Amino acid sequence: MMNKIENKNNKTKRYAANILLAAVFIVVITLIDQNLIGDQYIKRVLNLSAIYAIVAVSMNLVNGFTGLFSLGQAGFMAIGAYTVAVFTVPINYRASIFYIVPQNQVLAQIHLPFFIALILGGLAAALVALLIGIPVLRLKSDYLAIATLGFSEIIRIVFTNLKTITNGALGIKSIPGVSTWVIFIVAILSIVLIALLINSTYGRAFKAIREDEIAAEAMGINLFKHKVMSFAIGAFFAGIGGGLFAALLGTVDPKQFYFTMTYNFLLMIVLGGMGSITGTIISSFIVTFGLEFLRFFDEPLAMFGYNITFFRAGFRMVIFSILLMILVLFFRKGLLGQKELSWKLISNIFKGKNSNKKSNKGGAA
Amino acid sequence: MSVLKMDNVVMKFGGVIAANNLNIEVEKGKIVALIGPNGAGKTTAFNVVTGVYNPTSGNVYLNDEKITGLSPDKITNKGIARTFQNIRLFSELTVLDNILIANHLQVKSDFISCALRMPWAKKEENAMREKSEMLLNKLGLLHLKNEISSSLPYGEQRKLEIARALATDAKLLLLDEPAAGMNPHETNELTNFIHTIRDEFGLTVFMIEHHMDLVMEISDKIYVLDFGQLIAEGTADEIKNNPRVIEAYLGVEEDAEN
Ligand SMILES: Nc1ncnc2c1ncn2[C@@H]1O[C@H](COP(=O)(O)OP(=O)(O)OP(=O)(O)O)[C@@H](O)[C@H]1O
Ligand SMILES: [Mg+2]
Repeated sequence: MMNKIENKNNKTKRYAANILLAAVFIVVITLIDQNLIGDQYIKRVLNLSAIYAIVAVSMNLVNGFTGLFSLGQAGFMAIGAYTVAVFTVPINYRASIFYIVPQNQVLAQIHLPFFIALILGGLAAALVALLIGIPVLRLKSDYLAIATLGFSEIIRIVFTNLKTITNGALGIKSIPGVSTWVIFIVAILSIVLIALLINSTYGRAFKAIREDEIAAEAMGINLFKHKVMSFAIGAFFAGIGGGLFAALLGTVDPKQFYFTMTYNFLLMIVLGGMGSITGTIISSFIVTFGLEFLRFFDEPLAMFGYNITFFRAGFRMVIFSILLMILVLFFRKGLLGQKELSWKLISNIFKGKNSNKKSNKGGAA
Repeated sequence: MSVLKMDNVVMKFGGVIAANNLNIEVEKGKIVALIGPNGAGKTTAFNVVTGVYNPTSGNVYLNDEKITGLSPDKITNKGIARTFQNIRLFSELTVLDNILIANHLQVKSDFISCALRMPWAKKEENAMREKSEMLLNKLGLLHLKNEISSSLPYGEQRKLEIARALATDAKLLLLDEPAAGMNPHETNELTNFIHTIRDEFGLTVFMIEHHMDLVMEISDKIYVLDFGQLIAEGTADEIKNNPRVIEAYLGVEEDAEN
């Protein structure tokens, strides 16, 4: 009886805390959107973090929840980014953008609203994922890493050479921007959708495949079908992230989608916890801000008149590689492991309760 | 009528003939055991039936339908479910999730309706949960439903693996050494458990087992395998007194006890 009342009390408390959190969030985003707090730089990095969170969570769906090893996230982002770029730049700007090689005549006449182009970009990425996944996912899992790695490189070369569509190495400029609100709402929607999928019967099937392919198959789960599904859905949301990315930056070119970008997402999901959505969101913000603040490593630095040799373009990535190695070696579970951040988890941490202990106790009972 | 029929099944791995001309029939509603010394090819026979291996030659029939060479998930969909010699639970997931996953093969809703929690998908999910909890309740595992399955005691893990196989709605259950690592008390309990589920779920059971008391007590028919060959078949009494069986077991008495 007492327990019941206490439970109810806790529930109300948690409910209130959630509402409070949502309210704070809305106020902060509105203030940032209206440029009332923070500066343009902070605003941009926040937006970038939200976009990277979508892509990282989509990668976690594939790598953390389904147990596949895909390295194609930057490539799928590129597809989404270019779709938005090609279709949303105002028609009368196009001749001046495609000034060396003219744009394809049909495409030059087509202009789509942002949201349609965004969805189209996601669908295009998913379609390409199907084309890669259908032959490769029949093989043993290791081949996916190689195939997706190859794909990210090929897609960049293709985009560099399809000049009548992508404007080659010059890239596409003057992509109309979107507000912070649009970016955050699309990010929240995307992540909520992925979370809902993961907490459905399909998500359980994905986790079963991650845990034990042989047992999953023996339980009647079609491995190929579910792997392709997870991979394509992951690509769809990476494409959505790419579309937002194009709108945020206002310009796309093939160099933005180097493999190092996928590497950042890998760092985010490992840091946040393979198999934890909330962990991935938190680490997306940490890593994105970290990447920005570490930029000074890339600039020449002189101390007492000496140039410190390490400080040059690219050194930032060296630091990041080292961080990733340390993570993999010593903190394999990341921030949250497979757990999700919740009020319960927070209160447990504050009470000094270790949830590991709890499950052990349950086991002995 | 025989539910399962293995017809001249041969399984070779390179030079090793793990199964040589197996002819096995399992009749509906019966409990049939497959015994034999270590390395005799028992698990291999199961792997051929469940589609893990495609036999070198020969055929497998389920209710007179040829199922040779189908993939494991298709075979489970046709109504054969199994457990593994080395328990293969989804170990990081809860007991309930393990059972729910075995229900996934019956799901009709597509992934979009499930993610968007459409009414029909929700209905299906609720029905699935209810059915799973009922099953856990029947098998006395309901109080453990939120435990991580790897935290369960060994005996309960074995039980859960059987429960998970049942949750696929299979009518033919293949158990690979269900009593391995159990003490006599647990083995006894398991014997009753297998009887109960056979009767309650209208099952046919085909099992590999080393515990001879369990095998002798429970089986309607026993097949004995040695070096990939069937050397005897019959009732418990027939097998007990068969000189070839005694001979096959004498050299490996100690192994067989494990
Ligand atoms: N995938 C495989 N590749 C090569 N050889 C195999 C394979 N699977 C089984 N074998 C061989 O086939 C023979 C039979 O093995 P199997 O596992 O079927 O025996 P078992 O009767 O189940 O033995 P145990 O009682 O130890 O479980 C063994 O010699 C084994 O080494
Ligand atoms: Mg075996």
